[in-house]
Amino acid sequence: MSTYHLNYLEQLEAESIHIFREVAAQFERPALLFSGGKDSITLVQLARKAFAPGKIPFPLVHIDTGHNFPEALEYRDWLANEVGATLIVRKVEDTIKQKKLTEPKGKFASRNWLQTYTLLDTIEEFEFDACIGGARRDEEKARAKERIFSVRDEFGQWDPKLQRPELWNIYNGKIHKGENIRVFPISNWTELDVWNYIRAENIPLPSIYFSHERDVIEHEGQLIAVSPFIRIDESDVIIKKQVRYRTVGDMTCTAAVESFAATLEEVVNEIAVTRISERGETRIDDKVTEAAMEDRKKGGYF
Amino acid sequence: MDILRFITAGSVDDGKSTLIGRLLYDSKSILADHLEAIEKSTKNKENGAIDLALLTDGLRAEREQGITIDVAYRYFSTDKRKFIIADAPGHVQYTRNMITGASNVDLAIVLIDARHGVVEQTRRHSIITSLLGIQHIVVAINKIDLVNYSEDVYDNIVIEYSKLAQKLGLQHITYIPMSALNGDNIVEPSVNTPWFDGKPLLEYLETVEIDNVVNLTDSRFQVQYVLRPQTAELHDYRGYAGKITSGIYKKGDTVKVLPAGIETTIDKIEIAGKEVEEAFAPQSVTMLLSDDIDISRGDAIIKAAEAITPTNEAEVLFCWLDDKPLQKGNKYLLQHNTRSVKAVIKNLSYKIDVNTLDHIEEVEQVKLNEIVKASIKTAAPLVFDAYKDNRSNGAAILIDETSNATVAAVLFQ
Ligand SMILES: Nc1nc2c(ncn2[C@@H]2O[C@H](COP(=O)(O)OP(=O)(O)O)[C@@H](O)[C@H]2O)c(=O)[nH]1
Repeated sequence: MSTYHLNYLEQLEAESIHIFREVAAQFERPALLFSGGKDSITLVQLARKAFAPGKIPFPLVHIDTGHNFPEALEYRDWLANEVGATLIVRKVEDTIKQKKLTEPKGKFASRNWLQTYTLLDTIEEFEFDACIGGARRDEEKARAKERIFSVRDEFGQWDPKLQRPELWNIYNGKIHKGENIRVFPISNWTELDVWNYIRAENIPLPSIYFSHERDVIEHEGQLIAVSPFIRIDESDVIIKKQVRYRTVGDMTCTAAVESFAATLEEVVNEIAVTRISERGETRIDDKVTEAAMEDRKKGGYF
Repeated sequence: MDILRFITAGSVDDGKSTLIGRLLYDSKSILADHLEAIEKSTKNKENGAIDLALLTDGLRAEREQGITIDVAYRYFSTDKRKFIIADAPGHVQYTRNMITGASNVDLAIVLIDARHGVVEQTRRHSIITSLLGIQHIVVAINKIDLVNYSEDVYDNIVIEYSKLAQKLGLQHITYIPMSALNGDNIVEPSVNTPWFDGKPLLEYLETVEIDNVVNLTDSRFQVQYVLRPQTAELHDYRGYAGKITSGIYKKGDTVKVLPAGIETTIDKIEIAGKEVEEAFAPQSVTMLLSDDIDISRGDAIIKAAEAITPTNEAEVLFCWLDDKPLQKGNKYLLQHNTRSVKAVIKNLSYKIDVNTLDHIEEVEQVKLNEIVKASIKTAAPLVFDAYKDNRSNGAAILIDETSNATVAAVLFQ
């Protein structure tokens, strides 16, 4: 093999940096949608590299459901400060009040879906023309078909039937007024690629990704953290477990994994051999309907 | 470890979904919960086998509903390599989606049903593969179980395909007799084909040399974004960020900035803010030059010794990708990597019949999925190579500025 050869992480990184720079070059008001999870943390790392030695030339935007893990919020603030980026936070709580939305009910009442309203309002408020997200094509069937530059109409909707051809590494970011583009720089990364990259780059993560003791209840085989946001019924048994999180979403809809992995090395090794998908293991809401993601995406979801 | 990107092509029912499912399944890339879901929906449960095609059922559903079929990307890896599959539809009406899928791959698997041999779709897929310069082709002669694992059938298909390959100038072709359904010659050499001494598919995919896909000879770099941090300590920093299209660049190289034609030297090359001595395709880098020159997005930085001249006129092959036909005389926006210029298509010389490769000389109209030879005139000069010599610097897209749609894939000749 010649010395002029990139390993797979270097190839993926080069491709993602290219995409970030396309966004900065083609759009006037891009934003990076930051959730506090490992995928968006990876995005921030890539963006830093893309624009070094300068700062990331767009803000980080967090759509705050109010149901976050406190550790994730703490990390968010630390990171924004660390990279010197502007942080914009918009709260689902406020949207619910202003728009008189109905709060979902139930044991694990999730505001996941309501985020779309806040997101679309935020896009309008700041006139963002490109929103960068951390979705990966390996995550889910509907994602597997989405372009890297994905056009959304005035209502934030994705039309899977009308996608632009996307050829070579040439990205067409032309849009009409009111439309915006969602950009997914890590489309071609798998979950394990993200973990391997985090390990290779030694990127700090929120503490909940590592083993810690937590009060949980067991629900249909999944471990759910006790928090003010879920309803604890009489039949629930609260137990203490050593857990870590594989994804970081809302406390209402993210399940923990039992684990003693306390270092990045140990976490990555565990994930490399796991036989259950990320969504299957950690998302409580995804099981509801097969087409859940496709429907949400069409409606303007991340 | 590196990445192999490949596309799978075949007619409906040749076994494409089954083959992809088989690769994912046998490489243990299917996770337990997904498998469970598939087991549940496998209707035909004879001898406990699961329906591998269900793994790619996104496409199946689309097909049943008769809506636009699109490329889906799938990922798996073994100890040796990571793989990205562009799972592209085969029908003639989805040629544009196949081209989207094929534009980024190193290898194509062309499926043939052993009972039917080379058919119209085989020809079309092979033509597209050759047009897009895909270097390696695996001809998967599938359903070999249905012809009693016959060596004669296999030999005849090899002879038939070789003729086509010769006509198309396809070079690295590998033939594998297989049964995607039963797993013959997918991961392990099959006992049912003792006459076949080649590698099984997965082993071939793991070992095929793809280094030659990146052109390291011709130095090509286009400015993508100008980095000007404008902070106190980086006050005079002016970096030209971009992905090296091809070739190798070293600190100290004498370069020319095109199309302006100004010479200067590379003062520094940085990757992610750190200085490196040299860099090569496809790395994303930042170049700093010795002289203060007016350079913007789309300008090319080329080694001074390279013989390449910016031109306004080019011979091209293009594939029309839009439902609305080409409007002769209209100006479109041509995007060649990061350079965008107005362009007009002229002198439509012939259409290529994608089933026979014949040239149709009368070109009245150019409609969706048609491939046409023409010349193109641009409002400002371009620095390009012939696609066949340098894929990454030889392609462009056309954008209709009224709809913003990507309406054509352009290959410089
Ligand atoms: N006997 C046999 N049947 C196969 C083989 N590969 C696929 N099939 C069957 O052929 C049919 C079409 O296969 P499918 O994978 O859906 O084809 P696609 O339309 O190309 O995706 C299904 O009934 C498969 O079970 C094979 O190697 N041998």
